[in-house]
Amino acid sequence: MASEHTAKAFDSDLQELTRLVAEMGGLVERMITESVDALIRRDVALGKRVVAADIEIDNLQRVIEERAVLTIARRQPMAIDLREIVSAMRVATDLERIGDLAKNMGKRVAALESDFQPLKLIRGLEHMTDLVLSQVKSVLDAYAAHDLPAAMNVWKGDEEVDAICTSLFRELLTYMMEDPRNISFCIHLMFCAKNIERIGDHATNIAETVFYMIEGQQITDKRPKGDMTNFATTVPGT
Amino acid sequence: MTELSVSTTAASHVPQVPLPEAPPKVTVRSLNFYYGEHHALKNINLTLGTNRVTAFIGPSGCGKSTLLRIFNRMYDLYPGQRAVGQLMLDQTNILDPKLDLNLLRARVGMVFQKPTPFPMTIYENIAFGIRLYEKISKSEMDDRVEKALRGGALWNEVKDKLNASGLSLSGGQQQRLCIARTVAVRPEVILFDEPCSALDPISTAKVEELIQELSEDYTIAIVTHNMQQAARVSDKTAFMYLGELIEFDDTNKIFTSPSDRRTQDYITGRFG
Repeated sequence: MASEHTAKAFDSDLQELTRLVAEMGGLVERMITESVDALIRRDVALGKRVVAADIEIDNLQRVIEERAVLTIARRQPMAIDLREIVSAMRVATDLERIGDLAKNMGKRVAALESDFQPLKLIRGLEHMTDLVLSQVKSVLDAYAAHDLPAAMNVWKGDEEVDAICTSLFRELLTYMMEDPRNISFCIHLMFCAKNIERIGDHATNIAETVFYMIEGQQITDKRPKGDMTNFATTVPGT
Repeated sequence: MTELSVSTTAASHVPQVPLPEAPPKVTVRSLNFYYGEHHALKNINLTLGTNRVTAFIGPSGCGKSTLLRIFNRMYDLYPGQRAVGQLMLDQTNILDPKLDLNLLRARVGMVFQKPTPFPMTIYENIAFGIRLYEKISKSEMDDRVEKALRGGALWNEVKDKLNASGLSLSGGQQQRLCIARTVAVRPEVILFDEPCSALDPISTAKVEELIQELSEDYTIAIVTHNMQQAARVSDKTAFMYLGELIEFDDTNKIFTSPSDRRTQDYITGRFG
């Protein structure tokens, strides 16, 4: 990071923003883990706690935005300072969306009533969550450390998540066709898989923000994509 | 015009896409400047694009005002100061010792930090400069004065008191009177040396708006300590430090992602 400002208070303003984003990131990571745990263990109480935690995330986003706007008004930041402040706002927006997606999974726990719980599906979901969680962790670390290569790894690494999501979709479709009583459960699980995949997308958004913050320009390359759920179909008996 | 609309138009003018490169009006090549023994400008190379606004920023003593004062040979007024290198205004060599300085200063006008109206009427403040270069009739002069005062965005405020003293105007009006006086002799280049540092924010917005308008007809160079001002009004920005030109690029680039570390440290308030 660059050397100190002549106006020391400006440095503390910026540090406080970074600290708030880190705090928000920590909370969001925990929400993701707990929402999927609740889903897998059918732990309704934990699901409710995740839903409640989202209020804190929303508050933090508001605080970050207010501070960022105030800092812009007070200091008229330029160059890297301006980019850091804009980036803090953008990352906070992505984190807030991730919080919403985790909250949505937390809500669905209560709706999963059937005893039907194919192990393979659960493992797939767990694996996908692990991947996405490590993406979110890495990109937040890259953001805090201004580490461009690390951010670019996250940006390129979303393909595998997309591929698992597609295969889960196919599997869920098969279960639903086998027995209509599975449909309700499978639909919920399908939304959850999609939520996790969306969380991965937000991690790549944050990676793009890190790129902008460090390089001073928007990323223009096309990101590799593996999400084929738009086209996923299955034929009975296959 | 309301004050609010002044500032919004000024802000909305900033081009989102860099303007195409303009043909050079002033070309500086390997320019060095000395105050006696002191080497104040070191090997400066840049061009002022025609009908573009070029801003010069940098900490005090970096040489930006020195450079501006070479453009119209102001330094000639002081013994022991000399410029070496090439400085062209179109095909004219500005550094040519045989150059008619009065003609040069008619082509390259200058507006200073503190408003400097002459102690005469508003009308005479404008007419005085024109008379130095041209013999015209009273009615023609009236037209020229009105045109210049309109060019200085001052006409509506002073049209009913053209015979009042220039010194009776407010600071912001005096500065616009000086701009009108500069415009009156139809220069090609206008140099602004900290034109707003003695003005309140509304007068500053008016002068900035005016600079934007003037850039349609004139090539403009502005020295300013106010970086937001440079970011608002200029197309190109030059950052100078210790007599050297550190970075010269599109203003939008300089203020969002400068290439040189020293530029970044300066514009983000880390030194200077």
